[in-house]
Amino acid sequence: MNFDDTPQEAEFRATARAWIGANAPKQYEEELRTSSLGRTQLKNANILEVAKAWQKKKADAGWACLHWPNEYGGRGASPIERVIWQQEEGAFGKLSHMFIIGHGMCGPTMMAFAREEHKRTYLPPLASGERIWCQLFSETAGGSDVAGLRTRAEKEGDDWIINGQKIWTSGAHYSDYGILLTRTDPDVPKHKGLTMFFLDMKSPGVEVRPIKQASGASDFNEVYFSDVRIPDHQRLGEVGDGWNVSLTTLMNERMSIGAGVSTGFPELFEYCSSLVLDDGPAIENPAVRSKLATWAVKASGLRYTSMRAISALSKGERPGPENSIGKLVAGSMIQDVATYALDLQGAAGVVSGAEDAEVAGRFQAMLLRAPGTRVEGGTDEIMRNIIAERVLGLPGDIRVDKDVPFNKIPTNGRN
Amino acid sequence: MNFDFSEDQKQLRDQARKFLTEKCSPKAVRVVLDGKAPYDKELWKGLAEMGFLGVAIPEEFGGAGAGHLELCVIAEEMGRANAPVPFSSTVYLAAEALLLAGSEAQKKKWLPAIASGDAIGTLALFEGKGNPSPKNVKLMAANGVLNGVKKPVADGAIADFAVVAARTGSSGRDGDISLFLVDLRAGGVEVKSLTNLDPTRGQAEIIFQDCKAEPLGASGEGWSILSQVLDRAAVLCAFEQVGGANRALEMGRDYALDRIAFGRQIGSFQAVKHMLADMYVSATLARSNCYYGAWALSTNAAELPEAAAAARISATQAFQHCAKNNIQVHGGMGFTWEFDCHMYYRRANAMALGLGSLSYWEDQLIDRMRKKNAA
Ligand SMILES: Cc1cc2nc3c(=O)[nH]c(=O)nc-3n(C[C@H](O)[C@H](O)[C@H](O)COP(=O)(O)OP(=O)(O)OC[C@H]3O[C@@H](n4cnc5c(N)ncnc54)[C@H](O)[C@@H]3O)c2cc1C
Repeated sequence: MNFDDTPQEAEFRATARAWIGANAPKQYEEELRTSSLGRTQLKNANILEVAKAWQKKKADAGWACLHWPNEYGGRGASPIERVIWQQEEGAFGKLSHMFIIGHGMCGPTMMAFAREEHKRTYLPPLASGERIWCQLFSETAGGSDVAGLRTRAEKEGDDWIINGQKIWTSGAHYSDYGILLTRTDPDVPKHKGLTMFFLDMKSPGVEVRPIKQASGASDFNEVYFSDVRIPDHQRLGEVGDGWNVSLTTLMNERMSIGAGVSTGFPELFEYCSSLVLDDGPAIENPAVRSKLATWAVKASGLRYTSMRAISALSKGERPGPENSIGKLVAGSMIQDVATYALDLQGAAGVVSGAEDAEVAGRFQAMLLRAPGTRVEGGTDEIMRNIIAERVLGLPGDIRVDKDVPFNKIPTNGRN
Repeated sequence: MNFDFSEDQKQLRDQARKFLTEKCSPKAVRVVLDGKAPYDKELWKGLAEMGFLGVAIPEEFGGAGAGHLELCVIAEEMGRANAPVPFSSTVYLAAEALLLAGSEAQKKKWLPAIASGDAIGTLALFEGKGNPSPKNVKLMAANGVLNGVKKPVADGAIADFAVVAARTGSSGRDGDISLFLVDLRAGGVEVKSLTNLDPTRGQAEIIFQDCKAEPLGASGEGWSILSQVLDRAAVLCAFEQVGGANRALEMGRDYALDRIAFGRQIGSFQAVKHMLADMYVSATLARSNCYYGAWALSTNAAELPEAAAAARISATQAFQHCAKNNIQVHGGMGFTWEFDCHMYYRRANAMALGLGSLSYWEDQLIDRMRKKNAA
């Protein structure tokens, strides 16, 4: 048990710190530091451009996608070095937001299933942020039940023809490529008839329509496919094996551990440290302290849980389903934290505009974005199922559609 | 950076688990629970022979000199087994106080006796309601003589000696408090057993009447020593609590796999699955906080006070959460004396209070975080 850096780790940290000190876009540091979930815009600059520039600079100096192999644009760093980098990068790490799906899920899936020449072509520009990727899995009929999706892929010569519709695709409106899960055989049970591809989002027949979210922002989209052509060499994995391929993607989603899921706690603690209530400083109020303490130990528990996972990774163990814990805890916590911060503001809490609101409206923004955190990448209920079944070994849910051919499964609605 | 126990420490854990599975079955725990013995003497001797009582006591004082990480490992296993022995009072509180503040002679006298299982020690701090605080210490010490009443004192009825917090000044500051070492077998002490939430670990009232006592540590240093002892014990108790929480979770999981209702294992109902998943979550967060506490304890890091409070809070919450929901998963069976669920429920709730209650530690944590942020 050791929290201190080894000499090599200390050296790595010093090098990283020096490079960040000399190269990071410092003019945005304060704004990034005080931004929070639901509010990652910059006042006087286009955040996408700032983020791309920072990512490119990192890539040119060998600091992008640290854990990826060198030949695919990474640095071949250890899991611990990746954590050290994240610690040192601090608020600038928030600029990686739009690359998370590409770096955390699409890239690793490509690495596991794409042809070598494709890996060498597509991965370095993904690592450097020059190309952005999205994940086209969810459909209205297949969210939690991913394998219930209907987008069809039919073989025509050396190509596949895609027809259908995806929904909630984050970043599709600024993405260059995507990984796409399709149905290639509706006559077999649902998990057996899926196939995965990657495609150019500029392909003819792809139409992206941004969706306005509950938060008012538009970060995700509907994506329509009309006779879109994908060459067979862009298939990832075998025909009919898409479910397994997608499991790799989802496992890697969980491996995005260490990135530090946002809990809202540091923001709340900072706020309570300066807030004065009717009867004195908030931080001296026993009720406030009790709430803060309960959240403090959840936040630290998550932090050290991910450290334990990283220690396991660095010993060569694979990330397991126990990593579902992070999003499950952080998702509802951030929602509760934001609600509480507004409670402390009393009637003033209702004002949400950055100019007029307390602490520039960060908790209002957090509150409105938080529900999405509990849904994206698997709902709380799905996370609990994963822990119960895959960690604790409890029986799987009863599946009424398991052995039924996909096209015989009843569809939505009451009978 | 390496956030895990070593292979040797894991081996020690396996060894302790094996030993306790054999020697500390629920049936053995019930002998004490049912009031047939004040504690499990045979188990106590066995723990001494295994070297577990003195695992963190230096070799020169008869211990194994292994260290506090090893003690954390043992503590977790003690919690899993719900061991009915005065381990926490003797090893986390009395021995730690001696190690921190004892004179050479005091260490020589008591530490080897602790390691060999010949002496049981405790900390006499509380005087009725209230959390650890200098102002709640009313027991007076004058000219090496104590007068006053301590209650509750964990394992007080079976202890051979006690570390006693006493008032030696009236300035209203922390420096009014000093610690004393009292041989409870000598004169001036009257001990009464108290009925308590968890009969597997006794509680007592101790009346000191013109009782001779020797100082432990410098006069006026009592509160500062005590707060260090409490922080160290908080980490160690937290490991016991995590052990208990995980055992309660396993019991619930096993029952959910066995019990059939509506023609299915109850573990296939999502309401039950999700309850167990949430138990896993709280036990896991607590374990991670404990690991950080263990590191801080074993290296005496500046982070110890904050880490100890965090470990204490999350382990208290996790054990209470797992113990109560374990009964819920067991349904009516869980509420019977027959089933072991209530032993963990009792222990969870008793342990939540023994070192100062949850709200006390919450208060401590926020104070410590503020100090750190201000620094
Ligand atoms: C902000 C955001 C970003 C997203 N980004 C992407 C993206 O980039 N790419 C992509 O492919 N998808 C994306 N999604 C989609 C996301 O993965 C799905 O919304 C999610 O998996 C839930 O599916 P659903 O919306 O169909 O809800 P449903 O599956 O219809 O769920 C409705 C309710 O039923 C519950 N439920 C469903 N099944 C079960 C079950 N077996 N047991 C218990 N309860 C159950 C759910 O927990 C939920 O409460 C995004 C979603 C959000 C909110």
